[in-house]
Order: sequence, then C-alpha cells, then structure tokens
Amino acid sequence: MARSIKKGPYVATHLEKKVLAMNEGKSKKSVVKTWSRRSTITPDFVGHTFAVHNGNKFIPVYITEFMVGHKLGEFAPTRQFKAHSSKKIETAAP
Amino acid sequence: MARIAGVDLPKNKRGEIGLTYIYGIGPSTARYILDKNNISRDKKVNDWTDEEQNAIRSTINDELKVEGALRSEVQMSIKRLLDIACYRGVRHRKGLPVRGQRTRTNSRTRKGKRKTVAGKKKAPKK
Repeated sequence: MARSIKKGPYVATHLEKKVLAMNEGKSKKSVVKTWSRRSTITPDFVGHTFAVHNGNKFIPVYITEFMVGHKLGEFAPTRQFKAHSSKKIETAAP
Repeated sequence: MARIAGVDLPKNKRGEIGLTYIYGIGPSTARYILDKNNISRDKKVNDWTDEEQNAIRSTINDELKVEGALRSEVQMSIKRLLDIACYRGVRHRKGLPVRGQRTRTNSRTRKGKRKTVAGKKKAPKK
C-alpha cells in the first residue's frame, strides 16, 4: 500500500540535513555515503551523487530529476544474479 | 458503421460494451461517456444517431486519452523507468515481473514459453 499523502514523503533526517547543508554551501562534489535506502528522493537531491549501500558495498547513484519520487534503494540492487551455466546443454536429458 | 477514435465499433453490441473496444476505455469509462451524453447504456451501437455519435466523439476528444496517445504515454513511462535504471526498469529490461511476484514458478506471461534446461534432474520420488 502506498504511503499516506498526509504524512509527506519520508526522508531520513540525517540525510536531509546533509543534503540541505550541501545545497547551501554549494559544495556539490562530495559523495554522500548512506545506508538509508528507504529515503525518498526529493527535488533537493538532484545533481548530487549518493553512495547507496546494497548490503555489501556502496553503489554510486547520480540523481537526475526523473528519479524524484523514487527511493534511493531502487537504484542499488541487492541481489546478484549469476548466469546459469551453459555447459549443461550438452548433456542430454535421460 | 460507427467509427470513433479510429476504431470500428461492433455493430450489434450494446453501447456500453461496444465502446470498450477502444483502447483506453473500459466498462466504467464507457458508462460515464454514455451517461454524460444522456444516451441509454442499452442502445445498440447501430442505433446511435449522428448527433449521439458526435457527442460521444467530442467527449472522448476533450476528456480522454485513448488509442495511440495512450499507448505512447505508457511506452514513455516504461522508457523513463528503463532510463533511470531503477529496480522496476531493470525488471522490464529483463522481461521479468515488475511488481514483486514470485518467479520460481509461474509468471509465464512475462517470461514467455518455458525453456527446458537439459540435464536438470527431477526430484526423486520416494
């Protein structure tokens, strides 16, 4: 179920604070490391790069305006799919 | 006979049903269109007068997005998901279900026909 509009989008406070500080200080270079995958991307985030944790390592995500409204976690996949081995094709089924 | 939004409507169906042959118009939108123009829902498509047809046409033109325009809008939204490489975009790209359904079994609509993997053993029976 979608989040109630009354509450507004969820952004982790520590993350929001950092981003707003960066916007005022105009230092757009630094990458923000974050574990807060559940934070919604607000228009303030556009143009920054976030290093989003995927459970193993940090995935750099550059925010464009199209990403507003999505969550940070959507851009750092947590699952790794290894392709099925292709050598099995040679051995025919009994 | 009645041609609305570039689609030929079936002649012998009730208006309520006939309108749903247009992409983007389902049962409830069809009912809304007919009620708005004071046309009986039960009136066959064939029996619509020219004025009624025009009224329906203008309603669809003014208020609704149907057929090509709607299709392209859907395509654009999917393309946006693909371009920003979010999770849903990745699922679209891989042709897997997008909304978190299971993929261990089923989801054949998205995955297409079964591809048999040779050499895969079946679970032994007791």
